[in-house]
Amino acid sequence: MKQAVSIVLVLLLGAFIFTALYFADSSPLQFKPYGDADLSGRVSQGYVDKNVTADAASEEPAAVVYGETKNAETGSANIVTSVVVNYRSFDTLGEVTVLFVAALGVGLLLSGKRRRQEAAFQPSFILKHGVRIVLGIMVIFGVYLFTHGHLTPGGGFSGGSIIAAAVLLLYVSDNAFKAKVKAFKIAEGVAGSLYVVAGLLGLALGGYFLYNFLPTGVVGDLLSAGIVPIVYILIGLKVGSEISGVIAGFATEEEAL
Amino acid sequence: MSLMDILELVLGIAMVVLGVVAVNAKKKITSVILLSALSMLAVVAFVIMRAPDVAITEAVIGSGLVTGLFVFTLFTKKNEGEDA
Repeated sequence: MKQAVSIVLVLLLGAFIFTALYFADSSPLQFKPYGDADLSGRVSQGYVDKNVTADAASEEPAAVVYGETKNAETGSANIVTSVVVNYRSFDTLGEVTVLFVAALGVGLLLSGKRRRQEAAFQPSFILKHGVRIVLGIMVIFGVYLFTHGHLTPGGGFSGGSIIAAAVLLLYVSDNAFKAKVKAFKIAEGVAGSLYVVAGLLGLALGGYFLYNFLPTGVVGDLLSAGIVPIVYILIGLKVGSEISGVIAGFATEEEAL
Repeated sequence: MSLMDILELVLGIAMVVLGVVAVNAKKKITSVILLSALSMLAVVAFVIMRAPDVAITEAVIGSGLVTGLFVFTLFTKKNEGEDA
């Protein structure tokens, strides 16, 4: 079954690449032979003509007013996020892939049947109960960071790392604690695939991979900036589960045979 | 020289001193804690340089996650023979 699915996927991908390369006139992608594509006219002129703040109709760029400006180009109040998840979203996809490969390497090295490493210290009363108090706050703050990534500083990477730090605290405070590594793996895979699916949706609806196809709304609203918050939530879940999985790998050791 | 300049200067000197002391520290755990403090000062420096996104990431990863991981690793039983 798995093999059949993978063969079908490979054939589909091959057919897609073949048609995009050899029937360029009819395909929406218009891959041209090497050297013929007018990239400077398409990309550079696009950036020169760009009017980030106002509608395309008005000539002068208008001032962005927090909570009032509508339909700005990216719609995210945090300019770093608008670069990371909108203009350069493909770079971020590569960055997430690098993290995935790193986690994969750790997973390959530290695989097999595993049990908890023995700690040299017993967690004290303050550590045990302090962690219980702090843990919820940490997870909520991590979720807040990546849901509000387009409004305030922070985003998917830092929010996910805070969640991973919460998992690390769980390991430190309890000598018998073992996280469900399988759940991490599922969350990681699903979030990563959904990021690519969001990119493909942009390709289908807007013509470019990872195109921001949703309405951007009012600058400063929680539900604004189109797919930026959605993508950042996916990145947050992916990074959080990935680093948690790495920590779980470090905190356990291989069972003696 | 404004107050901000003096603050930045003190911050930079403190970071360099913390780094040197962390390298020369006798115990590993002291080095880890000093590096965490250095990261915390770097966070303040990033905020002064108006880069709050970098500051948050540095605070989470540099002084939180990595320090926690180092401390956790130093206190597992296999390190008993070394100077933990």
